[in-house]
Amino acid sequence: MTSAQEAAAPGREEVQRLFERSPHGALIGLELVDLGGVTLTARVPYSAQLVGNPQTGYLHGGVITTLIDQTSGAAVMLATGAEERIVTLDLRVDHLRAAEAGRDVYARADCYRLAREIAFAWCVAYEDDPERPFATSMSAFMRLREERSHG
Amino acid sequence: MAELLEQVRAARQAGDYAGLTELVPYARLLGVRFEPAAEAGGDGLRGRLPYRDELVGLPSTGSLHGGLLGAFLEHVAIMQILWNGESRYLPRIVNFHVDYLRRGAPEETFAAAEIRRQGRRIVNVHASAWQGEAQRPVAAARGHFLLTPPEGP
Repeated sequence: MTSAQEAAAPGREEVQRLFERSPHGALIGLELVDLGGVTLTARVPYSAQLVGNPQTGYLHGGVITTLIDQTSGAAVMLATGAEERIVTLDLRVDHLRAAEAGRDVYARADCYRLAREIAFAWCVAYEDDPERPFATSMSAFMRLREERSHG
Repeated sequence: MAELLEQVRAARQAGDYAGLTELVPYARLLGVRFEPAAEAGGDGLRGRLPYRDELVGLPSTGSLHGGLLGAFLEHVAIMQILWNGESRYLPRIVNFHVDYLRRGAPEETFAAAEIRRQGRRIVNVHASAWQGEAQRPVAAARGHFLLTPPEGP
């Protein structure tokens, strides 16, 4: 656990609000499952309207991307705190295999480096075991803080 | 298995761009539409995502959800691969890397994809999403898709 993350999760309430109030999160059923000390877990319940291919029943990759994006952003908010806004710079998802059809999908994210201007997050997506993910992801976020002197 | 492939092929032969929306449940949920890419003058697809409040990430910012922009790019990329019809199997996503370039304002968004390399087993595709001017993208992405038969469990 790094010192940045250990600082009593300053963005807890912010993260809860994000999951409660996101209109797009609500559209796809995205919900917060666990707000641990440094990591955060969220879920999208399986639903026929989120399917990418009706023949296989697999969820669309975009659902996984959205789950990972919000979970990773929330992990950064957990580390940075409420007074600070962040924007995603980039997000990469590797699809190790297809998520099993008919099953809820989970994501667990962690902000593993909080630098002065940039925050880095990693995330795994899985059905029931984070040690056996179907997707992994790395992302970077810009911290939008009040300008400070660099002296 | 390859039903979706054939449905897209049929839509292309009929010039039925609007029909592409109905083929994929998740795209229908988002409200993704398709039309001919005006600038390409040939075979390109252009995706169009009309604005709705359900596409916003957080009401306090009013911006489109970042994950949604990635999803839109990914869907347009897959449909362009299917539209080109050079595969016998459904493209399976390997990876996808999204760059967020500007704020996704609460307005209509467009996207188009370009196949950079079409191999027998793998496709490399770049996609870009914009609002207003295509020269000022809000997000851009690149990804790889496999065109081989699916693996067993």
